Amino acid sequence: MKRDVDEHTGVETTGHVWDDDLRELNNPLPRWWLTVFYACIAWAIAYWVLYPAWPGIHGYTSGLLGYSSRQSVTSAVAEGAAARADLRQSLVSKPLAEIKANETLYRFATATGASVFANNCAPCHGRGAQGSQGYPNLNDDDWLWGGTLDEIYRTIQFGIRSDHPDTHTTDMPRFGADKLLEPKQIDDAAEFVLSLSGRSSDEVAAARGKQIFADNCAGCHGDMALGNKDMGAPSLADQIWLYGGQKADVRASIHGGRGGKMPAWTTRLNESSVRALALYVASLGGSK
Amino acid sequence: MLMKPTTPVTDLEKPKVSLFAPRRKIYPKLAHGNYRRLKWILMAFTLGIYYSVPWLRWDRGAEMPGQAVLLDMAQERFFLFGLEIWPQEFYYVTGLLILASLGLFLVTALAGRVWCGYFCPQTVWTDLMIAVERFWEGDRNARLRLDSAPLVKRLLKRSLTHASWLVIALLTGGAFVFYFADAPTLLPQLITGSAPNEAYIFVGIFTFTTYLLGGIAREQVCTYMCPWPRIQGALVDQDTFLVTYRNYRGEPRGPHHKGASWEGRGDCVDCRACVAVCPTGIDIRDGAQLECLQCALCIDACNEIMPRVGRPTGLIAYDTIANQKAAGGGGVTMPRLLRPRTILYSSLIAIAGSIMLIALLLRNDFEVTVLPDRNPLFVRLSNGDVRNGYTLKILNKQYRTRHFALTLRNPEEGRLSVDNQNTGYLRVPPDILREFKVYVAVSKNAQNDAVILDIHDPVSGASVTHVASFRRPQG
Repeated sequence: MKRDVDEHTGVETTGHVWDDDLRELNNPLPRWWLTVFYACIAWAIAYWVLYPAWPGIHGYTSGLLGYSSRQSVTSAVAEGAAARADLRQSLVSKPLAEIKANETLYRFATATGASVFANNCAPCHGRGAQGSQGYPNLNDDDWLWGGTLDEIYRTIQFGIRSDHPDTHTTDMPRFGADKLLEPKQIDDAAEFVLSLSGRSSDEVAAARGKQIFADNCAGCHGDMALGNKDMGAPSLADQIWLYGGQKADVRASIHGGRGGKMPAWTTRLNESSVRALALYVASLGGSK
Repeated sequence: MLMKPTTPVTDLEKPKVSLFAPRRKIYPKLAHGNYRRLKWILMAFTLGIYYSVPWLRWDRGAEMPGQAVLLDMAQERFFLFGLEIWPQEFYYVTGLLILASLGLFLVTALAGRVWCGYFCPQTVWTDLMIAVERFWEGDRNARLRLDSAPLVKRLLKRSLTHASWLVIALLTGGAFVFYFADAPTLLPQLITGSAPNEAYIFVGIFTFTTYLLGGIAREQVCTYMCPWPRIQGALVDQDTFLVTYRNYRGEPRGPHHKGASWEGRGDCVDCRACVAVCPTGIDIRDGAQLECLQCALCIDACNEIMPRVGRPTGLIAYDTIANQKAAGGGGVTMPRLLRPRTILYSSLIAIAGSIMLIALLLRNDFEVTVLPDRNPLFVRLSNGDVRNGYTLKILNKQYRTRHFALTLRNPEEGRLSVDNQNTGYLRVPPDILREFKVYVAVSKNAQNDAVILDIHDPVSGASVTHVASFRRPQG
């Protein structure tokens, strides 16, 4: 067969002619390119056979190697957990104070605690544990239920007013709503409470409130209003106001009572996580 | 419109121009002489360095790697004898590379491609591979004959060559991984098959590349893959010593019969000995060219021939273009070593070297960073005081545990505390970065917007001061 060869370039043409003299040059793909191309096709076929590839209606072809990315992640995670099993075990078996004294364990515990905190606690207490109205700031030195490492641990374990039998339970009565105090009395009591931290604007009312406080509030909050960790009663003499430090906030607290809640984490997390969490929270700077 | 019809051409009438030059196989002949001897010595020297350096020990104390040169990828640091380079100090490596290139520039300006001719791993390994090939298949003529020898003989000899190449390549790749892990630990692991997969992968890669580049590709690497031949064109001038065929002496060349007169002709007897020994297969008599590695083997070859025909040696020699020109006119020039470019390169080397040296001498043996907490920015304490949290990082570059004293210089009345550290000293184990949680509380009336922290090593006396911002509620 004779080949059509273009006069100008010396390249073979396809033999087709348009508009009298328009010819299409036939430059074949380089051999190496074709080889790579066919190798890719062969590769793809082998891949289809060996790995998950084709979607079906009720699933997909799983491939001869039985590989699954989910499985590979799960086993990698399990491998990581197995590598840390010793440390995890120590978190559970050793007293908290001993963990704190062991540098390696403590670093592991606080790092673990930080991630447990981010996953479980941050929604209420905030990413930096800074809290918000009704949700305590865990960085400060004011602790409703006690700020020692063991107290923090216990609070996390059983929660506050949770459904766990060992939880902290006491709450503040609804003095106004349950008609225990008259609105006027509530007003005076609020003035007195504010005066303890130098916030009162009405000294006469505050003086009237002193007796109301002694009769109704001092049982839990203490004669000096310094609070009581066993009851979860906050100090009213300090500068930290969980529900706001304006007069209206204090009145609302007395009127409707207060009783924030926290779940018992011992039923939700494993023991090593709870302990890591306690150590992390205690590391935030306010722990006693 | 009527176009002139083209008639289909039946065959290629014009010769097809191809830009592809197929490789000419090269059969370098063994040269004898001073330069060949020098090259053997340098080959032993450079290969000796390559194989022995990972086995040099360096005492850095317990729990530190005891290898003098270790590129520790897992721990992210380079150990070079007494120097340890952390990732953030990689500029020292940059500095070393700059010094190396400037050194290369200077040497090239003085004497051409000394690196290419004697020291480049590609040259050294190719030279070794050619020596092995010569050992099994004989010298140039024997190898030429082997191409048309019976299949069995050819296959036998060639497979011996290639097997030896592969062994050399394997040893090369095998030695390479020792730079990245403790050599005495890794060697038995490699042999017993218990080394990490990465080690085998890299041994494999370097075995393959050594076999391919040193054994098979050889001069093509220098001619086509390496950028250096292109750069060197700009680095040599008429005063650079280059391996040169002295035209003025050699031309007109031609065969010479014993007893014939040397009047009216050059010294070159056109024996092509210089071409036969050339590892890149060029003819030095064509002048300076891209492919020439400046390996000087043609000098040896020519110096062997010249005395035999009764002419002085040095027809091919290290010479400058300037000297050639002068000698062509019957004169001589003094070599000019001090030239603007050599002075420039030398002073750049001096400057870069001094900067490196000063940086190394002023290098602190610990580094400190202080990061103020961003969430929360500040914490109000029950008595109204304001507290800020900081993450303090201390990088201990010494190979001993150190205890750093942390003090708050400003504000003076501020209260400093560190999480889980009651001793007053921050303990940092050897050669590691440690993080500490630091808290500074000030009274609600304080007005400071910064804290100044002093970190001090009582043993070495070194001290670092850090200023960090202090946030408080507005109003």
